[in-house]
Amino acid sequence: MNGFENDMAHTLSGVMLLMSFLLLYQRRIPGLIHAFAIQAALLGIAVSWQAVMQGEPHLFITALIVLLFKAAFIPIALLKLIQRLSVPQAVEPVMAIGRTMLFGIILCGLSLAVMQSSPQASALIVNEKLAMALAIVLLGFLIMIARQNAVAQVIGFMSIENGLVLAAVEAKGMPLIVEISVAFSVLVALAVFGLFMFHIKDRFDTLDTASLENVRGEELP
Amino acid sequence: MHLFAILFLVFLLATISVAALVPKWQRAIAPFSLATSATVFFWMIAFLIKDAAPQEISFPLGIPSIGMHFGLDGLSAFFLMILGLSGTVVSIYALSYFPHEKEPGRILPFFPAFIGAMMLVPLARDAFTFLLAWEAMSILSWALVMAHHKEHGTQHAGYVYLLMASFGTFCLIGAFALLTAASGGLSFSAMQGAKLSFGTASAVLVLALAGAGSKAGIVPLHVWLPLAHPAAPSPVSALMSGVMTKVAIYGFLRIAFGLLGASIWQWGALVLVIGAITAVLGVLQAMLQNDLKKLLAYSTVENVGLIFVGIGLSMTFHASGMEMAATLAMTAALLHAFNHSLFKSLLFLGAGRVLAATGTRDLDKLGGLMRGMPLTAWTFLIGAMAISALPPLNGFVSEWLLLQSLLMGPALPQALMKILLPITIVSVALAAALAAATFIKAFGITFLGRARSPEAAAAKEFKSPETTAMFLLAGLCILIGIIPQAVLSLISPAVSHMTGATIQHFAVSNLLFLVPKAAGSVSYSGIILLLLLGLGGVAAFALLRILASNKTRISPIWDCGTPDNDTLAQYTAGSFAQPIRRGIAAPLFDVREMVDMPPPSDMGTAHFHLHMQDLIWNRMYAPISPFILGLADRLNKMQHRPTRHYLMFMFTTLIILLAGIVLWK
Amino acid sequence: MEISILSITLKTLLQVLQAFLVLAVAPLLTGWVRMVKARMLGRTAPSLFQPWRDIFRLLRKETIVAPSASRLFTMAPTIIFVTTWIAASLVPTVMVKLPLAPVADIIALIGLLGLSRFFLVLAGLDIGTSFGGLGASREAFISSLAEPAMMLVIFALATLAGSTDLPTIATYMAGSGGMRLSLLFAFIAFLMVAVAENARIPVDNPTTHLELTMVHEAMILEYSGHHLALIELAAALKLLLYIGLAACLFLPWGMALPGQAFPYGFAAWGAKLLLGGAALAALETGRAKMRVFRVPEFLGGALLLAFIGLLLAGV
Repeated sequence: MNGFENDMAHTLSGVMLLMSFLLLYQRRIPGLIHAFAIQAALLGIAVSWQAVMQGEPHLFITALIVLLFKAAFIPIALLKLIQRLSVPQAVEPVMAIGRTMLFGIILCGLSLAVMQSSPQASALIVNEKLAMALAIVLLGFLIMIARQNAVAQVIGFMSIENGLVLAAVEAKGMPLIVEISVAFSVLVALAVFGLFMFHIKDRFDTLDTASLENVRGEELP
Repeated sequence: MHLFAILFLVFLLATISVAALVPKWQRAIAPFSLATSATVFFWMIAFLIKDAAPQEISFPLGIPSIGMHFGLDGLSAFFLMILGLSGTVVSIYALSYFPHEKEPGRILPFFPAFIGAMMLVPLARDAFTFLLAWEAMSILSWALVMAHHKEHGTQHAGYVYLLMASFGTFCLIGAFALLTAASGGLSFSAMQGAKLSFGTASAVLVLALAGAGSKAGIVPLHVWLPLAHPAAPSPVSALMSGVMTKVAIYGFLRIAFGLLGASIWQWGALVLVIGAITAVLGVLQAMLQNDLKKLLAYSTVENVGLIFVGIGLSMTFHASGMEMAATLAMTAALLHAFNHSLFKSLLFLGAGRVLAATGTRDLDKLGGLMRGMPLTAWTFLIGAMAISALPPLNGFVSEWLLLQSLLMGPALPQALMKILLPITIVSVALAAALAAATFIKAFGITFLGRARSPEAAAAKEFKSPETTAMFLLAGLCILIGIIPQAVLSLISPAVSHMTGATIQHFAVSNLLFLVPKAAGSVSYSGIILLLLLGLGGVAAFALLRILASNKTRISPIWDCGTPDNDTLAQYTAGSFAQPIRRGIAAPLFDVREMVDMPPPSDMGTAHFHLHMQDLIWNRMYAPISPFILGLADRLNKMQHRPTRHYLMFMFTTLIILLAGIVLWK
Repeated sequence: MEISILSITLKTLLQVLQAFLVLAVAPLLTGWVRMVKARMLGRTAPSLFQPWRDIFRLLRKETIVAPSASRLFTMAPTIIFVTTWIAASLVPTVMVKLPLAPVADIIALIGLLGLSRFFLVLAGLDIGTSFGGLGASREAFISSLAEPAMMLVIFALATLAGSTDLPTIATYMAGSGGMRLSLLFAFIAFLMVAVAENARIPVDNPTTHLELTMVHEAMILEYSGHHLALIELAAALKLLLYIGLAACLFLPWGMALPGQAFPYGFAAWGAKLLLGGAALAALETGRAKMRVFRVPEFLGGALLLAFIGLLLAGV
């Protein structure tokens, strides 16, 4: 049975990683948000699966938080926001999509290599899953860098958090309190980002963060 | 439950500052810290006399799953004893000092907390607690230094102090990080058993020397000390110079002996050399000062150097298996640490009285204070004699023990030591001789001669707890000078903790003689010497009564027939130091003197210019700020980027670090 | 019990005798130096007892104190005299082992002299005259160079003898006898230091009141009457101490070892004092006083010699 359970967990994280690539690939904001919602839902399932596997009921609470907030509340809120702001729905990539994907694959390789060389290399399966979690984190980072759109940056940030939760759940023994506080900090971040987006929209009629560069203090010679 | 009660007291002391917020309770602060310090002092005496077993205790505070560890052993108890004694005496002084302090609100809250934080350092038994207490000590003392923040130079002093304190803590964190990495634990008991390679252990030692040494004031990390100690209110100066430097020395001993085992003689040689350099440069700088409190601060640098000479010598002996010699050297170092805490506190308290009475620390505006302030003058004189290592006072005993332990150096097998030892001997002797000259200057220019300013002429003093504190310290200087055996038995538990040998090697077989058996058939007896001096005095007095005319006449100054009534024609602090400045200090401080004489027949004034620079400051520290500014200018280009770029910086750093992990393995 | 009381009494008596012996002889030694000097210069020599006569004359005179003098000024002469006297009576003269030898080793002896100098220099600063300050500052300067050299000499001796205890060193030197190169260097360095410490030519001139040349005399310019007598006596004792120390440390032959009779030691001690005094007189006649700022070179030379001596002694 153990083999099946592990395979299942493995598959779930693999699909999550795939969703990260999908996020990188998306050119439209609603698509981005949908893909994120799916990734979060997958995370929720993965966490529940771990809860069953490890026999730790408190992980169900984590799963519930993830499903409620990340898979439902945050995506809906973001979609509502987009609608109210009524901005162009395209994501302007700074880096060409193809190149971003290539770079993403390199990052996956790097995270696998890092985990292989980590001290507990004997527990191969755990390490592979951690590698995937790390790859999700890195890809989230990449989204934040490669996309100038404010919504895309929010999504990137949230997806980093997804990766972290996945890693934490798999590493076993992360206290619930830490998980809850991370969840809340993500909510706060959402609030800040939302406010931020309102203001950019207000001023510049766009969600392109590049426009912010014009309002910075005077450049030093 | 010894330890628990002491911890409770110390925490109480550290938190009593809240009381200062209520004006009514401010009066209770000095009595409270007096009572607490005195309790700690007597407790530690009892602990040391019993040579009680070490205790440890831990609380589930601080970092989860590690907790805070506290402990008490001979070494800690000895330094706590010093802290308790100085805390007591300075609190007595503070009883009457705070009422006439300009801004008590800026001192009172931090004063007991500072003593409490210092006491926590020797009690800490893990890296986290140690650093926490250390930083609390640094920051609280910084707040005290800044108490008179409007005075000229104070803000600069505070700034330099803050920077150097950060540097010191940074080094200590590095030392503990290496130890933790090697032992896998933050607690001292885990670190003790760690197996370290020569390189790692040496790195830890150097970092500890830099970290603790910068707080103690070893050259070239001493630059903040002569700025910060004088800037603080006088009781705080006494605490900083008298005991905070000792806490720093404790920190070094704890790491070098407690955690590393001091097993490599090269370390000892390094500490020895640095100690000798510190002693000589410190006292030379002290000699050249015109500011009474600055002079005292530089003399602290000198004494710390002497203590480090003892420690370095002990480390060398210890690593070479000469435990008796190591014990002798360490005893000398610890006794000197104790003695220094007494006479330096005494001198700073005296300087505080002078400052309060005349409003100035400038030696060239003082003079003749013996007339108006006889109590301060006589106690200051005892302190000056003690710090000049004159028999039969306590400073001589520790210096004598130090020289005796240096005398055992020829038995060391290392070739390098054969050259280092004579140099160290010269340095120690030069430091002692210059210290005497320095304190002749400090006492002579301040208290003797004729007043150089109206303020000095009008200075008055009254009996108060301040004089009581000073008499107490002066009395201890004499007492320990004549029966040092009493203190040696207190030092014994601390030393045996480090070198393995005990006080039995000193053969305190009788109360009259001090016989360091390790150093051969030599002995010294302060009490008999004092007795002899007394008898000689009686004999001289009797002979004078019989033989001499007792007619005495007050008559104007003779001065070779050319008396000058202008008090400014007296020798000043600068002119007293002139021969030493020219003859010894010239190459070290780039001294140049220029005299502009008007041509003959011109009645204009002549001008004297003195050019002198602190080469350590100018060569080592002054270039740092242009370097940092230049670096900042270049880094400025990194600023004002799109948010995305900042993310990219972070991302790139992360990727590089991850790639580093991969490549490293 | 009776025997031990007897021996203690005897020891005390011996020590008291030693103290009064050095006190009595010290001015005579000064007189001897002056006598030899005068003869060398072709002058008629004053009596050997002239210093004692001077001291008694000063004692009988009225003491004058300046109005700006503090208590320290009037106390200092007694302190200076007593410390020098005690130090001088702790140096073995006739016999190697004095009863009170364990009280102070040679480092403590140097410390006692330091104590006396501390008060002398402070007294120089006390009246607040420019001459007093000048002497004080120069004395502080010279002593801070002389003391390290002295310490090195002590260490060279102690390295050989294994102790800083005076009887131990003297016994060792009397026993081993043979001339060593390290000792020669140390001895020369010791003599140079002794010249500087005793305010003798070429470092200082004890017979002048010329402002450019004086160090010691400038400090005691304001003293008179019995104050001055005590200080003069102390200076004489210090000279005796240093010659005695040289005799004890470097030329201990003839001193009575424990258990030996000491009449022979008496003669040896007297001869050494006469010789030492004459040598000093010869040096003072033959040399001119040097500038104050040449003194570091002179004492630096002493330091260097002592250093070499210490290295040769096998540190």
